[in-house]
Amino acid sequence: MVNFNLNGEARSYDGPADMPLLWYLRDELGLTGTKFGCGQALCGACTVHVNGSAVRACQTPVGDLEGGAVVTIEGLSKDGDHPVQAAWRALNVPQCGYCQSGQIMQAASLLAENPNPSDGDIDSAMSGNICRCGTYTRIRAAIKQAASASSAKPKGAKL
Amino acid sequence: MKAFDNTLGAVSRRTVLSGLGAGALVLALGVPGEAQEPTKFAGEGMPNGLRDDPRIFIAVAQDGTVTFTCHRSEMGQGVRTSMAMVVADELEADWARMRIVQAPGDEARYGNQDTDGSRSLRHHIAALRRMGAAARQMLERAAADGWGVPPGEVKADNHQLVHAKTGRKIAFGEVALAASRLDVPAAGAIVLKTPAQFRYIGQGKTPLYDGFDMTTGRAQYGIDVRLDGMLYAVVARSPAVGGSVKSFDAAAALKVPGVVKVVAIDGSPVPSEYQPLAGVAVIARNTWAAIKGREALTVAWEAGPNGSYASDAYRRSLEAAAAKPGKVVRNEGDAVKAYDGAAKKFAADYYIPHATQAPMEPPAATARIKDGKCEIWACSQAPQATRDRVAKRLGIAPENVSVNVTLLGGGFGRKSKPDFVIEAALLSQAMDGAPVKVTWTREDDLRHSYYHTVSVEHIEAGLDGKGKPVSWLHRTVAPTIGSIFAPNAKNELPFELGMGAVNLPFAIPNIRVENPEAEAHTRIGWFRAVSNLPHAFAIQSFVNELAHESGIDGKTFLLDIIGPPRKIDPTTVGDSWNHGENPALYTIDTGRLRAVIERVAAEADWGRTMPKGRGLGIAGHYSFVSYVAVVAEVEVGANGALAIPRVDIAIDCGPQVNPERIVSQMEGAVIMGVSQATVSEITFKDGAAEQGNFDGYEVTRLDAAPRDIRVHLVGGGDWSMPLGGVGEPGVPPVLPALTNAIFAATGKRIRALPIRDQLRA
Repeated sequence: MVNFNLNGEARSYDGPADMPLLWYLRDELGLTGTKFGCGQALCGACTVHVNGSAVRACQTPVGDLEGGAVVTIEGLSKDGDHPVQAAWRALNVPQCGYCQSGQIMQAASLLAENPNPSDGDIDSAMSGNICRCGTYTRIRAAIKQAASASSAKPKGAKL
Repeated sequence: MKAFDNTLGAVSRRTVLSGLGAGALVLALGVPGEAQEPTKFAGEGMPNGLRDDPRIFIAVAQDGTVTFTCHRSEMGQGVRTSMAMVVADELEADWARMRIVQAPGDEARYGNQDTDGSRSLRHHIAALRRMGAAARQMLERAAADGWGVPPGEVKADNHQLVHAKTGRKIAFGEVALAASRLDVPAAGAIVLKTPAQFRYIGQGKTPLYDGFDMTTGRAQYGIDVRLDGMLYAVVARSPAVGGSVKSFDAAAALKVPGVVKVVAIDGSPVPSEYQPLAGVAVIARNTWAAIKGREALTVAWEAGPNGSYASDAYRRSLEAAAAKPGKVVRNEGDAVKAYDGAAKKFAADYYIPHATQAPMEPPAATARIKDGKCEIWACSQAPQATRDRVAKRLGIAPENVSVNVTLLGGGFGRKSKPDFVIEAALLSQAMDGAPVKVTWTREDDLRHSYYHTVSVEHIEAGLDGKGKPVSWLHRTVAPTIGSIFAPNAKNELPFELGMGAVNLPFAIPNIRVENPEAEAHTRIGWFRAVSNLPHAFAIQSFVNELAHESGIDGKTFLLDIIGPPRKIDPTTVGDSWNHGENPALYTIDTGRLRAVIERVAAEADWGRTMPKGRGLGIAGHYSFVSYVAVVAEVEVGANGALAIPRVDIAIDCGPQVNPERIVSQMEGAVIMGVSQATVSEITFKDGAAEQGNFDGYEVTRLDAAPRDIRVHLVGGGDWSMPLGGVGEPGVPPVLPALTNAIFAATGKRIRALPIRDQLRA
């Protein structure tokens, strides 16, 4: 039995230990916001947060999650109003939108660690997330916009 | 994508129609000896035509909610937002009160539903405006009737009806029922807005309708569908097209926890059109179990007729074919003689390999069958063709198949082919109608695609003593998309040739275009911009080579070879396809092509001195009845490392419905073009694609993408002009602009894509 926290709720899992978190989320729990893109941690579509860090759910066995805290795109904010999500909508970042859950989770993780990332920081953090529609320039701009929106927030505000 | 439309050249009607159901290719034009109906163009020329009855597409509820039914698939081009916006504008609806629902596959009701060819808006703009206006007039009439005043005194204004004389107002919802009982105004009585009155159209301020869902994980794609009792399947497929299952052993697969059944899927003999490849399906209780079950399968494959397809040998065969004369598809003057007598001669071959669309959402579909009726949920670009093929394969009437279209996590042409949907239907049938979702893994998507073709483009030009081109010979050799529809299809179809090869808009007195034969050994399909990619790459690279040979600036030479502003009738340059559009309405306007080239050059400060290792390249191309020009700026490091700091792209697509999405489509097209030019390639060995995932099939990532993409919208103010396409035309000129820039920076000429390591010493 594996016990962990998912989007603020306690979960227990007793299926195969090697089941990737990706498929547990999508097929068992119906949380389809986390997407399948490659299954080999090459595309970033499945990015979630585990214990505050961005990880690829397709390569994270549920068996490894004992005592951990998992946050998916559905749990990133209560009303879709995380600064990254707000910036994404302000700049109309998505085209097809499929990669954007992963992009947003990765960007949120970047900004949590590095509130004022340089272009090089953005390159390093975001290049694991593929977008075939080509929204990269807007992703970069939205990260910067979210960064300045957050720096304008009062201290103690959660990113 | 991507148009295949009405003309199939020499392929006989009977051959093509055998085995194809309704909604298939419509041969209305150009078949010798057949009685000719008056030609239909644009939306009316598509299979099942066009509908403009507002009652089909627009509903106003009593609470005021306006529901627009969108009959084009949303795959990132913003079509749901843009089509609804047109209706909302003419209707005088408040955008915040609009709701969009997706039309199921039903072309008898909705007219054609194929999302391809960069033509959703250009085919429907007039119909959408008429429908929105008609609905507005019905609401105005209902309000006027309710007040007992002449209808002309009541005007709609942002979700209300207003009687100016008395100041009375009433909300849309309150007259919706009464309005629904009125007749739709006759076409002649419909009053459209003037462009000055547009509230949403052309403003570029409407946020994406699906934006909230897409940023919160709520958006539902084909791969996300979940039904009660649903099973999950993945399929092991024949590595080579036309192969079959010799034998398989399911014992180990059936022992994997969660696996329920293993089922063979019969392939079809080539040409197999949209039918699934031969395969063995593992059906399980979740996707992971299905994937593990497939890993435990043992399958022996019969390779079939394409089992020796190998890219290196095939390239040599294309090059050999391009060195000899082929079928003449355009011939003006005497290009051969003029070349022989030219002061200077120049020739080059260009090679553009197979690519695959690789949308981030791989193909996935769900089917269930109950009481002889099959229900489908799929990320499809072609819901009616899907319906028809599923019906035929299951042996039931098309009326008993319903196709629900989800959002598409990218398409780029791959999801026009319902092979993956037929698989779901067959597997549901194998499970006595239980819902089955078939998910293609990334390996499946890369290995079993309908690939962008592979081509060699051979161009020869003769120049006179002053460096002016006097002859042009272009041989294009590539396996045709027609090869999935008809046997022995070895020549490019009119629409493939009409993507830049025959309809070359150059002022050269002697032009000859030939198309030698090429056999297909895999499934060829359409990839965003289709044959414009190799044609534009070759032509715009070659023009730049000629410029260099002549010692003339690249932009100047390009404008000179295009010649003065003039309108070319497409039928006079061998283009019988003309994007399915009326050649009288859509000419090739070299003035507009020149204008986008001039604009992009000005914006990019063409001609500025570049530091060592940096260069600018320019290209301009007409496709999908729009005009696009690109200037790329590259930096090549001492070790050959390529960086692309900036790309400027200018588009003239005529009137602009949603400028914000046009900009986003151009941004995306630049990055897709960069990907095709720099890193993306599918190669074949022993009949099978060699690349399995994004490690082997590379695509451009954020760090390699240009950081600075500047989009310049040209023209657009004249609403009397017809619309041009937006989804695809941005891609083709990006490829040669990049390689021309690399030449400017390094003196190294790239003639074979992708660039990859060619710059490294």
